[in-house]
Amino acid sequence: MSKIIYLDNNATTAVAPEVCEAMEPFLGEYYGNPSSIHTFGGQVARYIEEAREQVAELIGAHPTEIIFTSCGTESNNTAIRSALAVNPERRHLITTRVEHPAVHNLCKALAREGRAEAGYRLTELEVDSQGMLAIADLGNALDDDTALVSCMWANNETGVLFPIEDLGALCRAHGILFHTDAVQAVGKVPMNLADLPVDMLSLSGHKLHAPKGIGALYVRRGTRFSPYLIGGHQERNRRGGTEPVPLIVALGKATELARKRLDEEQTRVRLLRDRLEKGLLKKCPGARLNGHPEQRLPNTTNISCEYVEGEAILLMLDQHGICASSGSACTTGSLEPSHVLRAMGVPFTAAHGSVRFSLSVYNTEEEIDKVLEVLPPIIRRLREISPFGREEKATAKR
Amino acid sequence: MWNYSEKVLDHFLHPKHAGEIADPDLDATVGNMTCGDALRLMVKLDDRGRIADAKFQTFGCASAIASSDALIELIKGKTIEEAERLTNDDIADYLGGLPEEKMHCSVMGMEALQKAIARYRQQPFELEDEGKIICRCFGVTDRLIEKVIREHNLKTVEEVTHYTKAGGGCRGCHPQIEAIIAKVHGEKAAVAAQAPPKEKPLTNIQRIRLVEEVIENEIRPMLKADGGDIELVDVDGRRVQVAFRGRCAWCRVKDFTLKGAVEAKLRELVDSGIVVEDVGGRLPQP
Repeated sequence: MSKIIYLDNNATTAVAPEVCEAMEPFLGEYYGNPSSIHTFGGQVARYIEEAREQVAELIGAHPTEIIFTSCGTESNNTAIRSALAVNPERRHLITTRVEHPAVHNLCKALAREGRAEAGYRLTELEVDSQGMLAIADLGNALDDDTALVSCMWANNETGVLFPIEDLGALCRAHGILFHTDAVQAVGKVPMNLADLPVDMLSLSGHKLHAPKGIGALYVRRGTRFSPYLIGGHQERNRRGGTEPVPLIVALGKATELARKRLDEEQTRVRLLRDRLEKGLLKKCPGARLNGHPEQRLPNTTNISCEYVEGEAILLMLDQHGICASSGSACTTGSLEPSHVLRAMGVPFTAAHGSVRFSLSVYNTEEEIDKVLEVLPPIIRRLREISPFGREEKATAKR
Repeated sequence: MWNYSEKVLDHFLHPKHAGEIADPDLDATVGNMTCGDALRLMVKLDDRGRIADAKFQTFGCASAIASSDALIELIKGKTIEEAERLTNDDIADYLGGLPEEKMHCSVMGMEALQKAIARYRQQPFELEDEGKIICRCFGVTDRLIEKVIREHNLKTVEEVTHYTKAGGGCRGCHPQIEAIIAKVHGEKAAVAAQAPPKEKPLTNIQRIRLVEEVIENEIRPMLKADGGDIELVDVDGRRVQVAFRGRCAWCRVKDFTLKGAVEAKLRELVDSGIVVEDVGGRLPQP
């Protein structure tokens, strides 16, 4: 197989060499438990605190507001369950139709009736055809019974950004907790939580060039909190379990790198993404962009090609070493296409043929040009095989 | 990532039989774009009635394309009677197996062949034209569900979904699928056919008049209420060809309108053996 061209960074990212280097001593020499009383163990505690400061700095938070977790999913579970636990009299949850399964499926589970108690009332806010939320919808959904509003910052499939500041401000005005799943946004868009009306925020290491198995939850100072994992006194009694020191150090280093590279994400990566997007929309007849063209992550593009199927596109790209993903049904084993694209009202015919490219700072112009060279013939080939789309081709010829 | 066999990947990346036949003797399409996969099978017979050439056009994933190509490898050179005995397992086996969740791709191949043969013989296609739709998301009939349960001894709804896609969407039909599983396994013996009540046969001219009348008085007003329309193109025996017009022509669920409304009405009021085909749509028809 030819050299890998990795354009699936919303799924996971390469671990940065600097990050590998930073964590290595903690896989070897410094294996002590930071809770130990002896110097050998105790000395690693300060590296954890250093990492905490690095994470806090990237998102504009105070170090004590950062809790290390095992992944984005744990952060989301912790935040949502905590909000419900500290508001036992409130039985209403608000989220959106396009959340990641870590929020979507958890909320669905909470809404189901349990053996002992009634389920929570769940409101899922609609999005428009560009994947955008209407603030007024949140205003209408809020009531005295609402325990929590949880809205993602950036959508993993389309990259669409939600107006977090406005959503949070509305919740704060009503005295309702606001959580955002910012797994895709952290490190890609600037954020300063000190100035934002956000109570809790989830982030994940492996989306920003740290290894898998580490995440963090931001909990604003003064927010009532109830731990999810109960155990030792670690993380100031907010998350039990011996700290995975190498991973925490790795996340610290990765966030430090992300802060330095934020400008590059916003400029060079954005230019590469735009080059890819414009090229594909031009070269593949009938291709359409999914999601708002401006209110979007700089690294993500989601394009639908009608009359062809996503898995087939991906496997043919795979032959060229190009890694991307799709909202098509066939790629996941479910039979229906992406819930995000369906919520946006993307026709099934287009949703089945959607391809998502998500870039990182490691991508180059040559790689993008290679995709632009390889993908249009793949689409043409699959259209030749497909029984649909004849009329379009006929029109193109004329 | 699916664990596809080398053979699946080979037939997907280098299909030998993708394409079109200008004037096919057999031609049928199963599935549709909304469902995520569709297969059009075209067959040319030689003067001794053997399958001289066959081509496919497929919209779908790698295993759907590979299954289509395998289908044609397996039927080439055979008579229709020989080809008719092909099962979906033959396709899956030929490909060195398919992932369980992708078995429906091989079933689609088998369906396309049977539909093409039924159309060629001007008979109704049992798996689509008879029985009632159980899964509305993917338009799967009880006939097909029963068939796969029987042939593969399926016991759970999940297995039925893997083979037919039925139940893979809104899940609303899961109780009905469970009931069919129970019925097939419970009273396998009792399924022995009961002869359907005989109807007084219509003459051709009576049938044509009646079809015209029902379309004009019953069906068109119903479609027009939604901004659509229908035109009767031809009646050939029990085969009724129509063309959707207006909004219906572009409707995403026109297949359901065709089978669930137009055909059901004609079967109810004219003849229970009627098969309705849409010839005004986007697919070229013989």
